Amino acid sequence: MSEQGNEPMRELRKGCLEEQARAREVRLTIDNVPVAVAAGSTLLEAAQHAGVHVPTLCYLKERSAVASCRMCVVEVEGEQHPLPACATVARDGMRVVTHSEKLNAYRKLTLELIVSSKGAALASLACDTSADANACTSELSRLCHELEVEEPLEFAQVKEIPLVEGNPFLAYDPNLCIECQRCVGACNSAARNHSLQTRMRGSHVLIDAPFGQNWRETECESCGNCAQACPTGALSLRKRGRRALAEPEGRAGESAHTVRTTCPHCGVGCQLELEVRNGRIVSSKGAFGASNRGLLCVKGRSASFDFVSSPDRLTTPLVRNKETGELESSTWDEALRLVASRFSHLRDEYGGRSIAAFACSRSTNEDVYLFQKMARVALQTNNVDSCARV
Amino acid sequence: MTNSIDDIVNDADVIMLVGSNPEEAHPVIGMRIRQAVERGCRLIVVDPRKIGLAAKADIHLRVRPGTNVAFANGMVNLLISLGLADASFVRERTEGFGIMQAQVEEFTPDYVARVCGIAVQDLVAAAKMYGTAERAAILYCLGVTEHTTGTDGVMALSNIAMVTGNLGKPGAGMNPLRGQNNVQGACDMGAGPDDYPGYQKVTNPAARKKFEQAWGVPLPEWSGTKATECFPAMLAGEIKGLYLFGEDPVRTDPDTHHVLRSLEALDFFVVQDLFLTETAKLADVVLPGRCYAEKEGTFTNTERRVQRVRKAVDGPEGSRLDTQVFTEVMNRMGYAQPELSAAELMDEIASLTPTYAGIHHARLDGEAYDRGLQWPCLDDGHPGTPVLHISSFSGSVGAFSTPDYIRSAELPDEEYPFVLMTGRVLYQYNACAMTGRTEETSEIEGSSFIEINTHDAGALGIEDGQRVQVTSRRGSVETTARVSDKTNPGETWMPFHFQDGNANWLTHAALDRVSKAPEYKVCAIKIAPK
Repeated sequence: MSEQGNEPMRELRKGCLEEQARAREVRLTIDNVPVAVAAGSTLLEAAQHAGVHVPTLCYLKERSAVASCRMCVVEVEGEQHPLPACATVARDGMRVVTHSEKLNAYRKLTLELIVSSKGAALASLACDTSADANACTSELSRLCHELEVEEPLEFAQVKEIPLVEGNPFLAYDPNLCIECQRCVGACNSAARNHSLQTRMRGSHVLIDAPFGQNWRETECESCGNCAQACPTGALSLRKRGRRALAEPEGRAGESAHTVRTTCPHCGVGCQLELEVRNGRIVSSKGAFGASNRGLLCVKGRSASFDFVSSPDRLTTPLVRNKETGELESSTWDEALRLVASRFSHLRDEYGGRSIAAFACSRSTNEDVYLFQKMARVALQTNNVDSCARV
Repeated sequence: MTNSIDDIVNDADVIMLVGSNPEEAHPVIGMRIRQAVERGCRLIVVDPRKIGLAAKADIHLRVRPGTNVAFANGMVNLLISLGLADASFVRERTEGFGIMQAQVEEFTPDYVARVCGIAVQDLVAAAKMYGTAERAAILYCLGVTEHTTGTDGVMALSNIAMVTGNLGKPGAGMNPLRGQNNVQGACDMGAGPDDYPGYQKVTNPAARKKFEQAWGVPLPEWSGTKATECFPAMLAGEIKGLYLFGEDPVRTDPDTHHVLRSLEALDFFVVQDLFLTETAKLADVVLPGRCYAEKEGTFTNTERRVQRVRKAVDGPEGSRLDTQVFTEVMNRMGYAQPELSAAELMDEIASLTPTYAGIHHARLDGEAYDRGLQWPCLDDGHPGTPVLHISSFSGSVGAFSTPDYIRSAELPDEEYPFVLMTGRVLYQYNACAMTGRTEETSEIEGSSFIEINTHDAGALGIEDGQRVQVTSRRGSVETTARVSDKTNPGETWMPFHFQDGNANWLTHAALDRVSKAPEYKVCAIKIAPK
């Protein structure tokens, strides 16, 4: 880099560092460990900051803190009753206890009541596993596993309610809904779509999911952020259900895992967690990236992986048969030899100006870098471009 | 973008959205603009169509397609005359104010309102709203750039930001929403006829020497031809060979007949892609590629944020990594290119590209796992740069430019009485190579349509949902009418995703004189009921 170019870069850097002003901090103890957090943080955020796990259910970062489930209650010195950590602001000098026999019993009882509040479907879903936390199919069942809540012998006798499934991507099963309202937070406080709402029936809060037969008349963008927020599977991605069933776990030595990556569609750069089973991607979830903060759109969530395993992917080079005019399968060696010899001929006969190379704005930086390098050093051309203009 | 999505969403007092429909083309930015509006940020939408966000806007200026320069010059004229210019910013950070002021003098509110087809009071209200804001961000997209005067449109909008000092601070700036996932990165990486990686000019002898030393071979000294100008050069026989990596110009470039004729004129044509696309069907050799889920690497988003792409699954049996293919071609053509991993390639990029000098996979997998690194990132300890131009404009002052309003290349006339604009819909992306292979997206939005104003449809005897024949000087397609007030009278709009009636048979390959971007947003058509 030239001396001339260095000065502005240094200034840029200085300005950038100066931007990072320090916010005021609050000091407290969590389970006797001193913690300092930014003013305005909740006790839950303080606990997370301290690396202490507090069970949560209705809370969801930047989505929902309605403090209705009381799963995250903690004891605060001087307070008579346990307080919900998700909705209590940390103050200087607080002494917080997150785990005690009393709290564990309180949480367990609360969860037992939630699990038995609906019919058999929810009860069996919540307690679908006995031994392995990794085998749990929902966040609710993982929580039951953690708090050792077993399938209730008795549960509320409720009438089964029909599914809401007019939207091709999304479905709502009210029978599994615990009305935690995380989906309401996802749609209204995060995606700001406002098509999924609550409705009152008597004293009861109901979820009004816009996935009925008339879903096209709603503002719903099929983004599925509500389904990602749902801890029970009441709101679900219909495709993921089918895909996951089609690729069950348990094939020898293979299990499900997730891969953090970047969405391949538009320029927002949303962070994805791809769920992989048996070498196939079966779903995509929003991760907390800087630009998307956990959100995804319908394309990132539901149209970012089918094409990967599409049966019409090209698997072998094709070379046009001069006699028939048809493209025919060839070996890599034959195809690459032809590419190299024809481009070499054009380069040597007419010069690099006779060749152009267009890169792909959907591909990686590393691919594009090497492609333009190839064009300049091997094809000897600066006729390099991408689809940036079109 | 000069700024980041987060600081705009959290800190802007006003967002002025010009020629951009993020709820469909950048949906998560759409969601985040709704967040900003609900926080109390004011929203000005400048767009010919009643896009979704227009309903949430404080002011919607439905400018005529192709009149962005007049609109922006009119804003600057008003900002100056209303005393809303930031005198100290202009004095300390810019040059050329006087010439620019003289240039915009004729862009009086009355004249601009007439040219743009908007009300004077709305323009004045927009200037006041933008000009009195402490922090005002301009977000723009292809509605600005895809014109023969696209570069002028960008320059004219920049004048608005500069004259009010809305650069170099959070919640402000000039923010193009880049289209594809890695269009920013592709430009950064030197996929341009004038630039090596990091916008180092191929015609600058010092830059050329640097790359010749690094790569060990002499490099061509001439500026290359931009892609959109390569097509005429193919027809003329000047360009005889094309290596096309992952594009489908038969579907996405303007004036499909012209594209087909150009590609057919080639002596030798190689396509490397995931699928046998419409374009690949014309190739002499087709090489299978690997998609984002089958490789390691990085994408650079619209905020200049470099983030990791990680391998989730193996590619189809028989396919190879794209970088392996390029390496093979290089070696077979006589250049000794070692086979490098994506991480090693990024190290090479960092060593040659000052703005990427501190960007390595190890950092992106470690400290910057969640936030990525925004260039300029100048060394291994540099945190990246969320906001550009904080204390200066890349070491100098910001120059005002003086774009004049020039009309679009093809305007409606008696024979072709309607303006056609093109764009994207929420449920598909570009040529649908990826999204079209998800059944549900196509179930919701799977075929071609044209938006026609209710009044025009009535005059033509066309009903909502009826099949129509749409014809321009270049081609003709059959499609389905969607009749509403989403477009103004005299204006129509089509998506370019759908092969059953692709708008690009109709569009005009007239190019911007600087960027050579085609005028996808304005051409003249006629419509007849079937």
